Amino acid sequence: MPADFLWLIPLLPFTGFLINGTLGRRLPRPLVAAIALIPTALSAILWISLWFSMKAPGAPESIQSVASLFGNTSWIAISGFHVDFAFSVDHLTLIMLGVVTCVGFLIHLYSVGYMAHEEGYWRFFAYLNLFMFFMLVLVLAANFLLLFVGWEGVGLASYLLIGFYFKKDSAANAGKKAFVVNRIGDFGFLLAMFLLIAHFGSLDFTTIFTAVNQHPEWQGGFLTAIALLLVVGATGKSAQIPLYVWLPDAMEGPTPVSALIHAATMVTAGIYMVARSHAIFDRSPYALGVVAIIGAATALFAACIGMVQHDIKRVLAYSTVSQLGYMFLACGVGAYTAGVFHLLTHAFFKALLFLAAGSVIHALSGEQDMRKMGGLRKRIPVTFWTMTMGVFAIAGLPPLAGFFSKDEILFRAFVSPNPIGKLLWLVGLITAGMTSFYMFRLWFKTFFGAERFEEHHDSHGHDAHGHGGVHESPLVMTLPLMVLALLSIIGGWVGVPEALGGHDEIGAFLEPVLSSTGVTVTEVVSHGTEIGLAAISVLVALTGLFAAYVLYYKKPGTAATYAQRFPALYRLVENKFYIDELYQAVIITPLLMFTRIVLGIAIDGGVVGGSAAAATATTRGLGSLVRRVQSGNIRSYAGWLALGAAAVIAVMIFGYTH
Amino acid sequence: MSPNVLALLPEIILTITGVLVMVAEPVLPAGQSRKPLGVLAILGTLAAGFASWYQLGFGTIHAYFNTIQVDSFSVFFHLLIAAIVLVTLLSSLDYFEGHASHAGEYFALTLFGATGMMLMTCSVELLMVFVGLEISSISTYILAGFRKGQASATESSIKYFLLGSFATAFFLYGIALAFGSTGSTRIDVISQNLASTATPTLALLSLALIIIGIGFKVSAAPFHVWTPDVYQGAPAPVVGLMSTAPKAAAFAVLLRILFSGFPSYEPRWASLIWIIAALSMTVGNLGALLQRDVKRMLAYSSIAHAGYLLVAYTAFPADGIASACFYTAAYAAMNVGAFTVITQIGGYRENVRTIEDYSGLALKRPVLAAVLGFFLLSLIGIPFTGGFFGKFYVFSAALHAGHVWLAVIGLLNSGIACFYYLRLLASLYSRRPAIEDNLFDGITVTLPAALALTITAAATLLLGIAPNQVLSLAQRSAAATAPGSANSTTNASR
Amino acid sequence: MAMHNYPYIWNYLPLVLQILVALGLACGMVGASFFIGKHKNSRTKAGAYECGMDPVGDARGRFSVRFYMVAMLFILFDVEAVFMLPWAVIFRRLPQITGSKMFGFYEMLVYLGFVAVGLFYVWKKGILDWSAEKGDL
Repeated sequence: MPADFLWLIPLLPFTGFLINGTLGRRLPRPLVAAIALIPTALSAILWISLWFSMKAPGAPESIQSVASLFGNTSWIAISGFHVDFAFSVDHLTLIMLGVVTCVGFLIHLYSVGYMAHEEGYWRFFAYLNLFMFFMLVLVLAANFLLLFVGWEGVGLASYLLIGFYFKKDSAANAGKKAFVVNRIGDFGFLLAMFLLIAHFGSLDFTTIFTAVNQHPEWQGGFLTAIALLLVVGATGKSAQIPLYVWLPDAMEGPTPVSALIHAATMVTAGIYMVARSHAIFDRSPYALGVVAIIGAATALFAACIGMVQHDIKRVLAYSTVSQLGYMFLACGVGAYTAGVFHLLTHAFFKALLFLAAGSVIHALSGEQDMRKMGGLRKRIPVTFWTMTMGVFAIAGLPPLAGFFSKDEILFRAFVSPNPIGKLLWLVGLITAGMTSFYMFRLWFKTFFGAERFEEHHDSHGHDAHGHGGVHESPLVMTLPLMVLALLSIIGGWVGVPEALGGHDEIGAFLEPVLSSTGVTVTEVVSHGTEIGLAAISVLVALTGLFAAYVLYYKKPGTAATYAQRFPALYRLVENKFYIDELYQAVIITPLLMFTRIVLGIAIDGGVVGGSAAAATATTRGLGSLVRRVQSGNIRSYAGWLALGAAAVIAVMIFGYTH
Repeated sequence: MSPNVLALLPEIILTITGVLVMVAEPVLPAGQSRKPLGVLAILGTLAAGFASWYQLGFGTIHAYFNTIQVDSFSVFFHLLIAAIVLVTLLSSLDYFEGHASHAGEYFALTLFGATGMMLMTCSVELLMVFVGLEISSISTYILAGFRKGQASATESSIKYFLLGSFATAFFLYGIALAFGSTGSTRIDVISQNLASTATPTLALLSLALIIIGIGFKVSAAPFHVWTPDVYQGAPAPVVGLMSTAPKAAAFAVLLRILFSGFPSYEPRWASLIWIIAALSMTVGNLGALLQRDVKRMLAYSSIAHAGYLLVAYTAFPADGIASACFYTAAYAAMNVGAFTVITQIGGYRENVRTIEDYSGLALKRPVLAAVLGFFLLSLIGIPFTGGFFGKFYVFSAALHAGHVWLAVIGLLNSGIACFYYLRLLASLYSRRPAIEDNLFDGITVTLPAALALTITAAATLLLGIAPNQVLSLAQRSAAATAPGSANSTTNASR
Repeated sequence: MAMHNYPYIWNYLPLVLQILVALGLACGMVGASFFIGKHKNSRTKAGAYECGMDPVGDARGRFSVRFYMVAMLFILFDVEAVFMLPWAVIFRRLPQITGSKMFGFYEMLVYLGFVAVGLFYVWKKGILDWSAEKGDL
């Protein structure tokens, strides 16, 4: 396949965006759906052909394509430094591309049914296609700048989609929060890029990583600084401590968006970025340690919160944060392959879980509170069975996908040379147990026990297609569920470790991209140990299942008793450790107060009342204008000018010289 | 063509057009539309732009006893100013229809202002710079108060005039001291004589005073106090103009003075500019957080952007000029664009003022809302917009020059900034409260205004997707101004 | 400038002389009229100006904006005329300074042209027409 075809992969969804964005308002719904779906499907097909051409024997390990804009091959060129508009594909990109195009397509398909009765159908698909475009740019980018373009672009699309129900204040605020928190992450990313420019004179992946590999004497130092700044960026996008706060709120968006952006693709961009720049991270044990600790802490912390949430989507949101923590943990112990492997399987089962949850919500006419569900297993069998696969997969029960990838991470943590490797393993293990617990809690509360919901026969728009009340979703929604369920079962088989009789194909596949340069040598351990560790994690998962079974199926109500026994602790966890409130109190309020005091009183008398003062001036006419001018405003302004002038002169004459 | 005429060709064209428009204004009957005069002004601006482009083919032109130097640097800013004025004229062609009988003066003053700004960018002699500065300032003072009978407009104009004169005095005093310590007001001679001056403190003082004067014009903190009040009261199209074009000219002057005139004092002024930049970014962004009035918010935003731009100045020598030029262009495109939208939405009466007033715009006027949203995204600095590359280039230049903390402050600030831009953006895309539902009914986007919006949006997008064209132009202009480059040819003074 | 062997400050001697002459003239005239003239004080005579507005009284009193218009125009054209003085002083040397025979002359023509256009504009605007009810100010 010629390299220039790479351009088609992102451009196809972009054309979908352009058409739907400009004309969609006037087009009939089926046509809007077709315009959105066909380019996505074509991108997926292009990916498949790309896959085969790169799997062919003798195929290059990576292909690159540089676009020229207006006859100029470099995108920007400034004093000896230039960045190309270049895409490249290697095996890591290939996996990411597969996730984005295939899962993306399935979710597009699902949305056709899910959004069928929503206002702004065209807008939704336009945004979704825009997201696809930026996400594909992100994974195809051959340099940090283009990656950043995609990075910001997916953030923008995510903002638009979270705030899709813009008539709802909470949705608009959630979108804003996501955007602002991500900007904080971007701050790190941008600084990292500037440092890269300063040290390498380039942002090109190949150039930078080759330079790093050629200088084994570079250890730590500026590489640590760059790596840590990249981590700041990654914690924003991949919702890690301390910037995870936006992701749970992002669930205000439509459910397919949660599945695509906030579970399967965008939030994994941080992991992709860390894996992509592993050459830098490998040189900085310190940065890797930070990544591992952030990952482990996030995994545990989010799992804690996830155990007590009542909103089905929020449980999944915290679960996502927790699983992303796993991937971070993997990267932090140098097991990038394991991280990417978990990224892959997680994309399958978490997309499945979200879509199935969406199907549940759809069935219940928008109800998201698990306390008002129950006994749905007979009512919506397809959703039930597919979601069951997802729950088993994420809980880590063999032989489903989640087992292999999670086990790989735990194993790598256990054997890593990191001094706290064993501790990381333990945290991971506990998190695995908690994951299993909260997922089965969700499962039991939703599908088993008494029916706690009310039947809506008339308030739902679905009466048009013949049945009211709780109903199974149409085929267009269940089909993606079934495909994803299948993938959640078999998806992990590409990475069966040798200890369990497999060949770890994904490891071999990613070897050319992610092979470490020998810094993170793992201990040699016997297959016996590996099997033993796997057995322990399965046992822990089963324990979680059993606990959920007892608390939410056998004796429902016991959970509430336990909660009452530790009211303070329960409330602390239920309120998400008051982190949002803490941020508000420690950062936002002081910032605003500082602004109000320093600027409001000292410099600009009209900061807050400015427009009000002008309004009064307008109504009272020129008389009040004169009074206002004479009230000392201008004189005080002139006074400030003079004071500033004095300061400038003082700095200039007596100031320091750098 | 005599080199003198050639060198000032754009200014001459603008002046003649301006005089024609001005004289035609009282000749036309009182009730008649002034739109033909606006069209004439637009044609004159276009002609001036082409004249600048034409000058580019002549290399460096020295004229008027080496007080005027036309090079790729001045042409860059000439083109930029011509483009800004063009867009402003297009967007305000119908602004005064039926409201003011003296609209012809508006067009004439805009052209005179543009003349002054252009003169500033091609002058290499401080008194000539001062003349240009005054021409442009006086025009904008009057333009700021152009909505006669509106108290806020008059207030805006008077404040701007009084404080502006105050600041101009600093600038003039700086020139006098520069002459006193170096014996010349020509920028290149100043730089030569600086080494041998007997009064270096006097030279420092003069530079400080010049920076104060320019700092006021570009509304950099701590000389920004006038900005919010003036922008709030002045007509929206005028704010669009005066927040970009005179600032671009003043930035160009500052570049010439600092980089060509006082390069040897770089260790001194760089740390001063460092402080001013950090202060402007912080004051601007924090100040904008609390604003309810959109124009006032954008006034603070323009203070912040002046700060970002000044960051480039710390990246001495070449990277700084190119990145400052690029940022000026990017900022002009998005800011003029935003004010063009505001002009269309508010109309002459400007009854759409606060952020709340804008809520629900997307439901009534989706295209206008989308365009404004795009400009806001660019002001935030999202990729694929000019604002992103501007910031990227400036901060990477600063970091390259070793100003790590300034880059950190700048990036933190651009993080804060998205708070308030998003407030407006979110307001555009939110439900409108039931009352006052007819606020957007009177909006009519005429063809020239649509053209203005298209130009600015296209420019913002183009600077984000294919910045290389403008970058290379910026770098050419940097080469013309970098210390010790083109100035060597000017030694043959009379 | 040629260097002479007297102290630099002596360059200012003409200035000092002029200040002295001006002071002497002013004091001499006022003093002479004080001693020679008759003293007959009236209300009008004691006022600061013999025409225009009364400097003493209510500050909020209204008077026509035309006062300012005319005063400003007067100052403007006055100052513009002053520009011609230095030009006239070195007019003969202009060809030598500028390197072109007529350059200095044309420049002044352009300048006067602008002044004339300004005058035309002011006239057409009705500023000079004191009696007009509603000039567009």
